[in-house]
Amino acid sequence: MLFTSVDDVSERLAATGYLASPAVATTVFLADRLGKPLLVEGPAGVGKTELAKAVAEVAGARLVRLQCYEGVDESRALYEWNHAKQLLRISAGRDESWDETRTDIFSEEFLLTRPLLTAIRGDDPKVLLIDETDKADVEVEGLLLEVLSDFQVTVPELGTITATRRPFVVLTSNASRELSEALRRRCLFLHIGFPDEELEQRIVRLKVPGLDEALASSVVRVVGALRAMDLRKVPSVAETIDWARTLLALGADTLDETVVHDSLGVLLKHQDDVLKAAAKLDLDAV
Amino acid sequence: MTAPEVTALGVAERLTSLVGALRAHGMRIGTGETVDAAQAVAALGLADRETLREGLAATLLHGTVQRQVFDPVFDLYFPSGIGAPDSGPADREELRERLAEALAAGDEALMARLAAEAVDGFGGYGSSPGSDGWSSQQTLDRLRPQTLFARVRDNLRAQGGTSGFTDRLLEDEIRRRIETFRRQVATEARRRVAERRDRDQLARRAVATTPDRLDFLYAGKLQLAELRRMVQPLARKLATRLAARRRRAARGSIDLRRTLRGSLSTGGVPVKPVLRRRRPVRPELVLLCDVSGSVSGFSDFTMLLVQALHDQFSKVRVFAFVNRLDEVTPLLEHGAADPQGLGARIQAEATLTGWHGSSDYGVALGEFAERYGAAVGPRTTVFVLGDARTNMSDPNLAAVRQIAERSRRVYWLNPEPRAQWGTGDSAAPEYAELVEMHECRNARQLGALITRLLPV
Repeated sequence: MLFTSVDDVSERLAATGYLASPAVATTVFLADRLGKPLLVEGPAGVGKTELAKAVAEVAGARLVRLQCYEGVDESRALYEWNHAKQLLRISAGRDESWDETRTDIFSEEFLLTRPLLTAIRGDDPKVLLIDETDKADVEVEGLLLEVLSDFQVTVPELGTITATRRPFVVLTSNASRELSEALRRRCLFLHIGFPDEELEQRIVRLKVPGLDEALASSVVRVVGALRAMDLRKVPSVAETIDWARTLLALGADTLDETVVHDSLGVLLKHQDDVLKAAAKLDLDAV
Repeated sequence: MTAPEVTALGVAERLTSLVGALRAHGMRIGTGETVDAAQAVAALGLADRETLREGLAATLLHGTVQRQVFDPVFDLYFPSGIGAPDSGPADREELRERLAEALAAGDEALMARLAAEAVDGFGGYGSSPGSDGWSSQQTLDRLRPQTLFARVRDNLRAQGGTSGFTDRLLEDEIRRRIETFRRQVATEARRRVAERRDRDQLARRAVATTPDRLDFLYAGKLQLAELRRMVQPLARKLATRLAARRRRAARGSIDLRRTLRGSLSTGGVPVKPVLRRRRPVRPELVLLCDVSGSVSGFSDFTMLLVQALHDQFSKVRVFAFVNRLDEVTPLLEHGAADPQGLGARIQAEATLTGWHGSSDYGVALGEFAERYGAAVGPRTTVFVLGDARTNMSDPNLAAVRQIAERSRRVYWLNPEPRAQWGTGDSAAPEYAELVEMHECRNARQLGALITRLLPV
């Protein structure tokens, strides 16, 4: 057990610089208590990956990261035999019998562990982050099922390796593909949306310490207004922080038409969004 | 919090009936998840209702869209209180005064308490058991929170809490807060009704379903806006699926000539089979959309979806019709498309009606075959969107046959339930004999059909 209560989660995450909403804190607490993997979905830039890093820091655990991409397979995710080293071993021991060689070259020395296996082996605490799970192919999901439900991996030559200490697992997804129902069932589901105004202000002030309080509040209100518009890509928390940093660098003390107009590109990434937002915020006079 | 009441009814029982209500809304929740949820309740305790809500959501839900069904159902089974609020009978003016203050402060917890008082004071109707109840409509009619708008705005401006640039955001923010209050009143009224009537029945009926299961034909204005917001994520999902299908289609068939040529270097033994390369030919798409009142919600949604998928095809042409037909492809151009005004713009800029305003499939399809016949070739897949209700005029089967012969495939997507095809003035069975017709009543069905039917 990493945490004693939901409040304990919020406090300790906050100490590492991650301000968690009540939903995030509750779900992290449950994931720890029930020993289940945590599936985190939400728009880009709201801190899904950051959450795993923060939990690792709180727990004093090692972060093992599996970055998924199209075509990631067993040998990248689970384990691989070190063929080159095996060949060297075979040619080095010429006088041995085959049986001796065989038992030797399929020992742990020649095993290259990949993230999933690394997370299961050993007694030290670990946080396993499976990033952008939706990018991986469906076959990899099947692989994850065994690992995530029983925390064990079968290597034919070595037998089944079972975790002595279960890692805290975080899967993230941008929902570009619907994950299979079987995988979802094994996880606790957490949707991280945009934070409410008060929380976002605290985040901005924590990440950009030099920013004036009144300006931080204006920044968050403008971003809130942009999110309410029907845009192709609404600004995320990461963009809010970038914008706040930009304003600090520009030396602006208050928001006005010119400043907002000139720095809107930090928040919005499509030209038609910029035009639309400028029209709605009455920036066209500039 | 409701600890005494919850224990009175039994947490386990309450939890299972909550799960039952969620299942009735089409969510697949297994026993395993219910057990997890119970463990979550045990771990979290009943002290904090919002923590409990998040805990149950984490264990029971599998997707983001399910949340908007979960929240109102949760409010019914784990209500924030029982009976009437303890304050005395509310005075309308005094309540409005306090509401104005809460709106100005943006204090949602206080607004929720005021919503409870408002429903208690102004929402009750009827007196005999069985016919009485609580109405959010009546509460809002009497309280009229929207009329507080100017007062809240002026108060805030007078306080100087807002100035300079952010002043222009104020009005929208107040509007959003008033909207939040209206929702809180609705939740509260549902809760009070649930105390009198069968909770389970209410949870099934009075809670709106997830947007991907919304029936296109019965969607209201707000729901259509919600549907439009689904277009981009759905398109991205479909594009990934189409790309995956395309990749799979590229694998598999062996190029015999090049395999044999390669085998010469290994003494005639084909060690390495060479696969046939597929020329990447992106298919063409033609959309014929009925945009008359009855099915326009469905057509708009599908047009936007196909437009969002446009980079998957070499050419997309979109035609709209009511009883005359016109090309609307330029109106859907990327960037130019303002999803909200799309329907209105199509009506304004394209010639869609002749002598009368009701839809006529026969004339429109005939006009397509005649004027735009060249748009259809052997690489074109045609989608017809509409309910096939011809208003008793000639369905013009010859035109459909002609389009079907010239194109690669023709699919007809019908937003009506299959049971209603052929009833009244529907010519669906006649058309279905000539082209493949599919029932397509909600976004979920549409997504599934598009993955299956779109050419790769």
